[in-house]
Amino acid sequence: MSTPETVLAVNDLRVRFRTLDGVVDAVKGINLRVGAGETVAIVGESGSGKSQTMMAAMRLLASNGEATGSVDYRGRNLLTLSKSGLNEVRGRKITMIFQEPMTSLDPLYTIGNQLIEPIQRHRKLGASAAREEALKLLRLVKIPDPERRMKSYPYEMSGGQRQRVMIAMALANDPDILIADEPTTALDVTIQAQILTLLAELQRKLGMAIVFITHDLGIVRRFADRVYVMRQGEVVEEGATEAVFSAPNHAYTKMLLSAEPTGRKAPPSPNAPVLLEGRNVEVVFKIGGGFLAGDPMQLRAVDRINIALKKGQTIGIVGESGSGKSTLGRALLRLLPSEGGVRFENRDISKADRGEMRPLRRELQLVFQDPFGSLSPRMTVGQIITEGLLVHEPSLSRKQRDERACQALEEVGLDPFVRNRYPHEFSGGQRQRIAIARAMILKPKVVVLDEPTSALDRSVQKQIVELLRKLQKDHDLSYLFISHDLAVVRAMADYLIVMKQGKIVEEGMTDAIFDNPREEYTQTLMAAAMDPTKFRLSA
Amino acid sequence: MTDATAASATVAAKPVVGRSLWGDAWARLKANKAAMISLYYLILMAVVCIVGPFFVSHQYTTIYPDYVRTAPSFSSYPRPEMIETALSDAVKRMRVDIKEWHQEGSRVSVTVTSSKKVDERNVRYLERSDAFDSVTVDSTSSDGLEMVMSASVKQQYFLFGTDNVGRDLLSRTLMAGRISLAIGLLAGIVAVVIGVVYGATAGFMGGKTDEVMMRIVDVLYSLPFIFFVIMLVVFFGRNFVLMFLAVGAVLWLDMARIVRGQALSIRRQEYVQAAEAMGVSSRGIVRRHVIPNLLGPVVIYMTLLVPQVILLESFLSFLGLGVQEPMTSWGVLISAGAANIGSANWMLLFPAFFLVSTLFALNFIGDGLRDALDPKDR
Amino acid sequence: MFFYLLRRLLTAIPTMFVIVTIAFFLIRVAPGGPFNQERGLSPEIKANLEAQFGLNDPLWLQYWNYLKNLLHGDFGPSYNLPDFTVAELFSEGLKVSIPLGLSALIVALLLGGTLGIIAALNQNKSGDYAVIAVATAGSTIPTFVIAPIIQLLFGLTWKLLPVGGWGGGAFINMVGPVLTLALPQMAIVARLMRGSMIESLRSHHIRTARAMGLSDWSVVVKHALRGAVLPIVSYAGPAAAALLTGSIVVETIFAIPGVGRYFVQAALNRDYTLVMGTVVVIALFTIVFNLIVDIMYAVVDPRVRYD
Repeated sequence: MSTPETVLAVNDLRVRFRTLDGVVDAVKGINLRVGAGETVAIVGESGSGKSQTMMAAMRLLASNGEATGSVDYRGRNLLTLSKSGLNEVRGRKITMIFQEPMTSLDPLYTIGNQLIEPIQRHRKLGASAAREEALKLLRLVKIPDPERRMKSYPYEMSGGQRQRVMIAMALANDPDILIADEPTTALDVTIQAQILTLLAELQRKLGMAIVFITHDLGIVRRFADRVYVMRQGEVVEEGATEAVFSAPNHAYTKMLLSAEPTGRKAPPSPNAPVLLEGRNVEVVFKIGGGFLAGDPMQLRAVDRINIALKKGQTIGIVGESGSGKSTLGRALLRLLPSEGGVRFENRDISKADRGEMRPLRRELQLVFQDPFGSLSPRMTVGQIITEGLLVHEPSLSRKQRDERACQALEEVGLDPFVRNRYPHEFSGGQRQRIAIARAMILKPKVVVLDEPTSALDRSVQKQIVELLRKLQKDHDLSYLFISHDLAVVRAMADYLIVMKQGKIVEEGMTDAIFDNPREEYTQTLMAAAMDPTKFRLSA
Repeated sequence: MTDATAASATVAAKPVVGRSLWGDAWARLKANKAAMISLYYLILMAVVCIVGPFFVSHQYTTIYPDYVRTAPSFSSYPRPEMIETALSDAVKRMRVDIKEWHQEGSRVSVTVTSSKKVDERNVRYLERSDAFDSVTVDSTSSDGLEMVMSASVKQQYFLFGTDNVGRDLLSRTLMAGRISLAIGLLAGIVAVVIGVVYGATAGFMGGKTDEVMMRIVDVLYSLPFIFFVIMLVVFFGRNFVLMFLAVGAVLWLDMARIVRGQALSIRRQEYVQAAEAMGVSSRGIVRRHVIPNLLGPVVIYMTLLVPQVILLESFLSFLGLGVQEPMTSWGVLISAGAANIGSANWMLLFPAFFLVSTLFALNFIGDGLRDALDPKDR
Repeated sequence: MFFYLLRRLLTAIPTMFVIVTIAFFLIRVAPGGPFNQERGLSPEIKANLEAQFGLNDPLWLQYWNYLKNLLHGDFGPSYNLPDFTVAELFSEGLKVSIPLGLSALIVALLLGGTLGIIAALNQNKSGDYAVIAVATAGSTIPTFVIAPIIQLLFGLTWKLLPVGGWGGGAFINMVGPVLTLALPQMAIVARLMRGSMIESLRSHHIRTARAMGLSDWSVVVKHALRGAVLPIVSYAGPAAAALLTGSIVVETIFAIPGVGRYFVQAALNRDYTLVMGTVVVIALFTIVFNLIVDIMYAVVDPRVRYD
């Protein structure tokens, strides 16, 4: 394979931001090269500077950021180009799509208007010709009923459709390079797969180079010819994708590659007692309504679900956003009003009020997805962890509570030394450990884990998964593990429930479902998340 | 390895202390020059207004008929050319004639004559003049028709000039500052207390209670604000204490809305849900989660409320509905200043400067606090 | 949209009713009455006047009569200005207050909006700081200080403007009052505009527009400004209602015959009908302008559909 002509060369690029806490170096002198028509992936975890590299190249940095070095597009240094010269390149020769499909389109203009504008600007077409072009583009990205969609506003479309519109806009002027900044991260797995397939197809058809910024090694493996691995503002490894994946040189790359959670959980013994049981659980939300506004709409978030969690068992609940999986978890903990029966240790708790639930709360704990929102910003870590003890073991002295906090922190792998610090002084992974410590200090029997790893980097995810498994083994815990991430679920759960629109689509032993999914929806989910061959480029 | 274990054994006893959000905020505030200068200025203003009147030689109520609308000056009154006028005015009241007068140092000596016997009690006319004091009768002629009196020239300073009835503007401005600042602070506290209690109650009770309580606020909002104030003034009379109660009672509406909104949003935070999932009682949630997180917006709003209150008080006083003479406030002084703008513009300029600079300082402090407590806004 | 507006108008009726009721009883429970002042009225004349205006009727009857008359657009006579009905006073006064308020509103929106945009585009540069300084000054210095200072500088010292008076609405007479009214509003508009424009410029769709190589003009005006203008629209509604119904400070200092003066005088004199008239007029203006705000919102933002 001959080396293609270089279209984009990044030389000694440095990006720094002036912040309240001083100057932060986000990118520390990196070199990149993109050849015509090739797919280059920049991979790294959060804070690696991978996005800022391309933002700097496109001169889209926030106002407190500055870039030095050079970014050459066919001999023109984008960093020093005049504004008008820059706008000759942006949107025409190099275009970009972003991570946030919901907010990346202007909410106040129709899709058609937004598509036509860059076409007219760069190609000096008449209004009707530009409109024709825009329609063609919508067909290209497979938006159904493009005529009608031209008149739609972004809020009338789903996230996946908006990302298609973004792609259409980016391809409107037949660019040389398309920069895709985590284009699928905010989307559900099945939609992710569709968007990736679309991008691959379009690249075959149009032949532009794609720079793929992502944290997802699966995408890199399927999609990229070459890969740059970034860490803390530096490129630590680069090379052909196959080579890097089969023989990584740098320790960090090796760590990333092995970060996929591994191992399987063995099911509990068949005669383990059922701890928490839901019968025909149903949750209905009312939306709207009120004076002169008509009857409220009813949304059945959880639709008559049966579930039984045994001692020592982990039930994984998977589904896409809006499937009702989190709502089910909260309904089982009696944190939401629901219909149907809930039994805990053979006691009916479906009618229990707050006071009756209080003593049971220590047995039934909850860990949230967002490690930033779930810790009170004005309490120290020690106070956060021991808050539950104030309720359930009020007889403890301050000193005893402090000792328990130290134990709990050690158990989740944090230094007790930090217990008087505040949550904002910790990283996401550390915060999630604190949240877990808060649940564990009460010595619960059942813990509902609501996407506890979704907001974390892969390598941190793996550590949290291992921590959770260790805690389960040590204390014989039962988990309800809610996630959209099949890889993590496979490593955590021995039993699997697949949910869609409030209903159970399929359930069974985890391995059985992974090896042989029966329902079509489950198959789509599995294929989108797991099957690397399906989206491979025939290069 | 041994080091590490030894270390963890000792650290368990005395862990590091983290920087709380309040500590961060204070550090940020200290770095904000405008806010810190304003803070010092405001402290200085408060000290000057509280202590100042004790050091100014004039009472804020004392009227100097001889010095009506005297322009501000660093030199003392009476001016040399004014002494003769002041003397002849006083002597005219004694119904006697000046034969001769002269000045030695700070004392003037005057010889008066009359066709009748000159009464010694006439010295009181000189005493009464704003220009003289320690009057003595030095000698009386044997027939009693001529008398020599001497008096010290009273050296008086009117740094800010005097007002339209001859009161010292400096002492009045400082006194007014006391009143305006006190009202600002007290009415601010009244408004914050009512607003926080009301808003927090609505926010926590939620549901129907919340709806009804907020509807009441809406109705009060839609009543013209000034109508409300005037009604309160009409009810409570023009009473200084009730005045700031009234002002505070009007300004609580915003606070109530802010607190309710915050309380509702805090209640939805995951850390509150986490506390609920641990079985923490409502009281514990309010005490440990809601109040500490509510404090920031309340503090910010309070610093922005105080200037509003001062402004409102000044406005009412300007309309003649607020503080009543002889008590005074910046609004009262500005009102008088606006009425005398053609003849004595210092009557407007000095109090206006005091009021406006104080409001500026308060606003900068408020902005600084907001930036410090809520840095993502920048 | 039409039905939404209709519904809004319908819900305005009970609001109006509540306001009228509260105001009516509040002013009536206040001690004193329209003819109790130190006017030297003999008791007989006082009794006569009270009988003439129906002030001896039971309060509920007076309330009922007032509501009835109000529905027919009759605001009643003024007790203290007996030669005029309240409606006459307002129709005369509003001829002064509306042009004054409207001019001030336009000046404030145009000037404030422009300043805000300039500040946002130069965030944390000298242009921004200059605008912030002007805005802080404008929103901090009270009108009753600005007005006499304008008089002092432009009227007395430089003799460019008349010191006061309406002059039949002559341009030169309006400059001072309009400036005084506009300055604080302008300051607030500038601050609001700066804030919302900065936020708007930071939003993701602006990043998209830049990435697509659109011109600065299109990025700023077409995409950023349209979204940023919404907070200004919602602020302008109540502000317009307040400006158009007169300002007591400006009218007192510049000696202008608008409607702003009536309120305080009337309340202090217990001129019940004039007080009520003012309340109703202000409430009406508020309702109308809030409705206009709603319509503007729907025009600017397609997501707002009101159905």
